[in-house]
Amino acid sequence: MKFLYLVWRNLMRRKFRTAFTIGAIFFAFLLFGVLMAIRMAFSMGVDMAGQGRLMVMDKVSIINPLPAAYENQIRAVGGVTDITHANWFGGYYQEVRNQFATFAVDPESWLRIYNREYDLPDDQKKAFFADRTGAIVGSDTARKYGFKVGQRVPINGTIYRRPDGGPWEFTIDGIYDSKLKGADKTQLVFNYQFLRETIPEQSGFRDRYNWYVFTIADPDRAPAIAEKVDSLFANSPSETKTNTEKAFVSDWAKQVGDIGKIMMWIVAMAMFTILLVAGNTMAQAIRERTNELAVLKTLGFTERRILWMVLAESTMIAVVGGGIGLALSYTIITLTGDPTHGMLPVFYFPGPAVLMGIGLVLLLGLAAGCLPAWQASRLRIVDALRRN
Amino acid sequence: MFSQIIAVTGVNLRSIRARLGSSSVAVIGIAGVVLVFVAVLSIAEGVAATMKASGDPDTVMILRAGSDTEMTSGLAGDSVRIIQDAPGVARDGTGTPLTSPELFVVVDHPLKRSGSAANVPLRGVTPEAFKVHDKLRIVEGRNFEFGKNEVIAGKAAQRQFVGLDVGTPLKWGQNTWTLVGIFDDGGSVAESEIWCDVKVLQPAYRRGNSYQSVYAKLASADSYQQLKDSLTSNPQLTVSAMRAPEYYASQTETLQTIIKTIGGIIAVLMGVGAIFGAVITMYTAVASRTREIATLRALGFGSFPVVVSVIVEASCLAVIGGLIGGLVAYAAFNGYETATMNFQSFSQMAFRFAVTPQLLGTALFYALLMGILGGLLPAIRAARLPVVTALREL
Repeated sequence: MKFLYLVWRNLMRRKFRTAFTIGAIFFAFLLFGVLMAIRMAFSMGVDMAGQGRLMVMDKVSIINPLPAAYENQIRAVGGVTDITHANWFGGYYQEVRNQFATFAVDPESWLRIYNREYDLPDDQKKAFFADRTGAIVGSDTARKYGFKVGQRVPINGTIYRRPDGGPWEFTIDGIYDSKLKGADKTQLVFNYQFLRETIPEQSGFRDRYNWYVFTIADPDRAPAIAEKVDSLFANSPSETKTNTEKAFVSDWAKQVGDIGKIMMWIVAMAMFTILLVAGNTMAQAIRERTNELAVLKTLGFTERRILWMVLAESTMIAVVGGGIGLALSYTIITLTGDPTHGMLPVFYFPGPAVLMGIGLVLLLGLAAGCLPAWQASRLRIVDALRRN
Repeated sequence: MFSQIIAVTGVNLRSIRARLGSSSVAVIGIAGVVLVFVAVLSIAEGVAATMKASGDPDTVMILRAGSDTEMTSGLAGDSVRIIQDAPGVARDGTGTPLTSPELFVVVDHPLKRSGSAANVPLRGVTPEAFKVHDKLRIVEGRNFEFGKNEVIAGKAAQRQFVGLDVGTPLKWGQNTWTLVGIFDDGGSVAESEIWCDVKVLQPAYRRGNSYQSVYAKLASADSYQQLKDSLTSNPQLTVSAMRAPEYYASQTETLQTIIKTIGGIIAVLMGVGAIFGAVITMYTAVASRTREIATLRALGFGSFPVVVSVIVEASCLAVIGGLIGGLVAYAAFNGYETATMNFQSFSQMAFRFAVTPQLLGTALFYALLMGILGGLLPAIRAARLPVVTALREL
């Protein structure tokens, strides 16, 4: 410890180079944060999807809605504890470009099943249950368009039409938040009954739902229960496909496909390149002082102590640059969230990735210091002193 | 002055070989940045190229008013007939209007790359479709027969999805279809789709006699306004009409925004990171030659030639790095075909990464900029070194 000052003086010897090395490492770890957030965004929140929740949809495609009568049949299957349903509405506010995820649901059962995802004060919840034209909206969307509780907002649908061609007027009964990190706070959820009355009977689309979600008592029995549900509707005009919510989200993420993966590889490569440049400079800074290290040895410094000093120097640079980079990217990503404004709702820097980043910072410091320190320790003093 | 610049720069460039280690690090750093820049933007270029191949300027796309995409549109059979009779629509020799009413749905079918189900676009068409989409050619097998449960698949769909070979039966729900042919449509988005007879598709999807879009060929290049006006002023219709290129440009807005936003953030952060990398490399290069530079200055070389020489050296390294990065990106990514979810059409869309010459040019320009910026500070530092101190430095 008492040689910390010596380490410090060594760093300050070429302030300019030290500063820029720290800068390069800083940007590399800023990128690391973005990389991890992209990874989250393209996995579409698969980590949050429930294992104990199963989804049922039409076997051919989610765009074919399932009959409402399936609800009671599924509920009767052994092991099923609760069930709810949803319709994709494709809502937008004023202009088609202002789209956000909008579902027509059965309010009570929906919030029962997703009680962890939607944090809503009890009075707002009650108001929503009692209001046929009510809706609840996520805090991100509410903030973006300035929606307030109690306000009436006109929302158009890209899929459903009102007979008069106008928008649906919803009363915002509640604005939900979520304690779950990375939860999608852009959704608008409203009562299916309000939608139902605008669907003409003869269209064949009334009382049909895009998907059901049900919970089961024992997640281990998910495959057996899924099979049981699908067998109920086999050979009917609306055959079903049942799977865990996690499997659906992960399939959905796979549909977006290798674009996400390719972007991640590219960013990882970029980060690696910058670190290579920085690491090389750090090693260079030590290599050019080999004869000084020999002097220290002559003065009686042990090899171990010299190794520690060199490692302390390179680690200090890595920790300062990487630490600030990680902290800043964490702060910025947490504050701004999704840079595309609503297209990648799950955009955050996950906790375990921060730990991974810290690990990388330390690895960089040690790797950059190790090689020159080892080279220096192997040199005979006389040779080292002669080198210039 | 010029002879000084040339002399010093020459010395610098020739001595790069002696400093191969640190110089190659700078080159690799910049090559990495250029590679990333080109790769990310080639995705966006590829998507745009697919959309461009899809939009024939003489075709008009008619959707229900307020729908931004075929998927959410809907047109009753009666409306379609009115549209077909509208003025401004081209007709063939027998007087049949060149319009193609189409039904667009998606089916779940596994992707080759992940084995998991994805939304495959399935399009029902009438016989006129092949006159409106006149680039379409069957390249393997034959066209489907109208009235039968037969389908043809686009070339890209065949490459992206499992089991799309001629002669294979495909079971989607209660319907079994036979794949009888593969088609080429000049690289358009249709190549990611599967086509069949609309009259077979309508009952299979409980759509009655309804369609989602009408593609109409224009009688002449300037009959667009006439057609559009007659459709939008007709009280029996609530439709919107736009030229096909405009429609297709709007179809990948979400995808493009995602790629460009993320690509932009990455490119800026990396660019700055690489400039820092170039600065430290050039700094090391200058620092290791402090005595040489001081000697030159003592001999009477001005500081300006020294500045220029360092910047030129940095720029040369950057351009070499840029070339390497661009070529690697070209070799690795150009033409690489993949499919992704197109959020607007809610279905898979195949495209090829496109490393265009323009993209390479922009990337090289950035590389040069990084080199100049990266060389500037070390160059100034080299020029401002007090000769006496510098000469004494080890």
